[in-house]
Amino acid sequence: MNNKFKRLIPQFLTLLLVVLIFGFFTLNAQVNMDNRGIDFGFGFLKQEASFDIQFSLVEYDGLDPYWWAYVAALLNTLLVAVLGIIFCTIIGVIVGVARLSSNYLIRNTAAWYVEFFRNIPLLLQIFFWYYAALRALPLPQDAEPLLGVSYLTIKGFYIPAMIWENLNIFLYSIVLAIIGIIIVRTYARKLQENEGKQLPVFYISLGLIVILPLLSFLVGGVSLDFEIPVIKQLSITSFTYEGGVGLPPELIALTLALSLYTATFIAECVRAGIQGVGKGQKEAAASIGLNPNQILKLVVMPQALRIIIPPTTNQYLNLTKNSSLAAAIAYPDLVLVFAGTALMQTGKAIEIVSITMLTYLSLSLAIAALMNWYNKKIEIKEK
Amino acid sequence: MFKLIKQLTSFVAMVAMLFVFTTETMAAKKSKTLKNTQKKGFVRCGVSQGLPGFSNADAAGNWTGVDVDVCRAVAAAVLGDANKVKFTPLSAKERFTALTSGEIDILSRNTTWTLSRDADIGLTFVGVNFYDGQGFMVRKSSGITSTSQFKDGISACTNLGTTTELNMRDFFNSKGISYTPVTFEKADEVVAAYDAGRCDTYTTDKSGLAAQRIKLSSPDDHIVLPETISKEPLGPVVRQGDAVWEDIVRWSLNTMIEAEEYGITSSNADSMKTSDNPAIKRLVGAEGEMGAAFGLDNEWNLRIIKQVGNYGESYKRNIADTGILPDRGPNELWTKGGILYVPPSR
Repeated sequence: MNNKFKRLIPQFLTLLLVVLIFGFFTLNAQVNMDNRGIDFGFGFLKQEASFDIQFSLVEYDGLDPYWWAYVAALLNTLLVAVLGIIFCTIIGVIVGVARLSSNYLIRNTAAWYVEFFRNIPLLLQIFFWYYAALRALPLPQDAEPLLGVSYLTIKGFYIPAMIWENLNIFLYSIVLAIIGIIIVRTYARKLQENEGKQLPVFYISLGLIVILPLLSFLVGGVSLDFEIPVIKQLSITSFTYEGGVGLPPELIALTLALSLYTATFIAECVRAGIQGVGKGQKEAAASIGLNPNQILKLVVMPQALRIIIPPTTNQYLNLTKNSSLAAAIAYPDLVLVFAGTALMQTGKAIEIVSITMLTYLSLSLAIAALMNWYNKKIEIKEK
Repeated sequence: MFKLIKQLTSFVAMVAMLFVFTTETMAAKKSKTLKNTQKKGFVRCGVSQGLPGFSNADAAGNWTGVDVDVCRAVAAAVLGDANKVKFTPLSAKERFTALTSGEIDILSRNTTWTLSRDADIGLTFVGVNFYDGQGFMVRKSSGITSTSQFKDGISACTNLGTTTELNMRDFFNSKGISYTPVTFEKADEVVAAYDAGRCDTYTTDKSGLAAQRIKLSSPDDHIVLPETISKEPLGPVVRQGDAVWEDIVRWSLNTMIEAEEYGITSSNADSMKTSDNPAIKRLVGAEGEMGAAFGLDNEWNLRIIKQVGNYGESYKRNIADTGILPDRGPNELWTKGGILYVPPSR
């Protein structure tokens, strides 16, 4: 009893200290805010924001409340994070594999790319793409059409917009195809386990994902039209494009910089993963008669992924958090719109900064949870 | 890199709000800010990151401008030396947090006086040192001579976190024009974006447009449109809760304006001590006890006039002679057709 009590004392003291420190800061903030006549509260979120955002994925207007501006800004952050993660993964895997190529040129180009891009601070790279590369683009009236339908200009990248009819039927057909693929795969596995027969799962899957959406066009009444951007004169010398989708140069610069930078780290993860699989594994696989394709798919990759996934998760988290550097180049992300304009207009520094911090924390935790789940799925299951 | 440091500083300033522990006891005769300033030996003043005519640093790091002169006047009044000012360049986004968190004691950074800023966020505006209004700048070659020629799809560059952002929306909405706002944190970035052709128009306070035009690659290719779409009274700001300090800053500014009204300049201030006019004598510390209420000596206002000059001198030196806005417009004394009118020092 006495012993147990003794062990509890330091724990209790630590807890007390933590509570006191937090209490002190809270009280201190309260006293100082009272002195200066600053109210604390989240009521401002319901007030009309009355500022506009350059670009948003949802309908946003200055008449909307601050919380809706927050949503619009958050979606912009998510957009650049998702685009960044997709592109950095594609580039990272290609470069990672290229680094192990037996071709001297490919191997060294990949190595040069990695060393170059990962050793320059990200902010500088963002500045480079935005201020040097994209500012050198032509004015709208001087832009040459790309493939006849898109225009890359200093004001943005104007691409055709898709005009769908019965989009929902098209989406259903894709969902249906995915369900079909899952059923086929499950059946094929069972067939192989029970009877040792193999089905050409890949070709069946490919067929499903192509044929079903195609059918939706032919008999489902789905149609797709493109709205091509058209140049519009604003004054004697200034032009812009109308119709289609205009991707702001800020988004392009940020996506480029984030994916090229993060891809170098992912490339290293991939290389480490592949090199981490023992040579004996491949030789053993070959000796039981697997072909090189099967060796990669059945023996090397499952083991390599275990090494690749955890550090890659870190890179995805970094990319998401680094997207907050958007504020440096006028991309309307969470930091620029919410922790910038909204903070300035309301003066609610503590509230807005805490909301922003919590948002990034939740985003990171969500990504980590997703990746951990995937990691659990592929890790060694000891029997 | 510098940018990142700036962002870090602004973040630290926000966090500092939680950490700075200042027990403001009952309103003592001497203000706490004044006491601290005298102890430190310099006035901590927040200014812009470079707006010619208002607050701008030369290559040697010497700050000049009408906003800078307000801080210099306060330094002359409370410390006896107009050069004892520590200037902190701040972006529009950082300025209020820097002031409320106690990083600076005066914010003199072409800041618009509005109800919500005055009432909501722990600040107090002490006066107006420049009457301004928002305008638009366009390329001369565009042929646009009035905002009525703006068309749907126009893109407008401006500063983040300013009243400009709100006025711009009100303006375009009332005209029913759809537009794309592109907002940057630093004025230099806005100017660069407009210069490169990212935006069709650049909008901010007209004084700002006039000042920034000088920074463009070829200033003569750009014009400021005649329309003014808002009222922008710019003035110095102090932290709420120190009434004495607030009064010192307010009356330092008022002294400069009133000195011009009575024709007291930096060169004739000493001789004015023997003037017949009691109003003039009070302004140069030769009559009354004008400094006692602030806990200052009696020559505080004389020092302001001698070291910084009156408002007219400051305007001429910083704004007129530099070619930014040679015409004083509304910023002329009320006796000469302007709207500068300050309460009397008595």
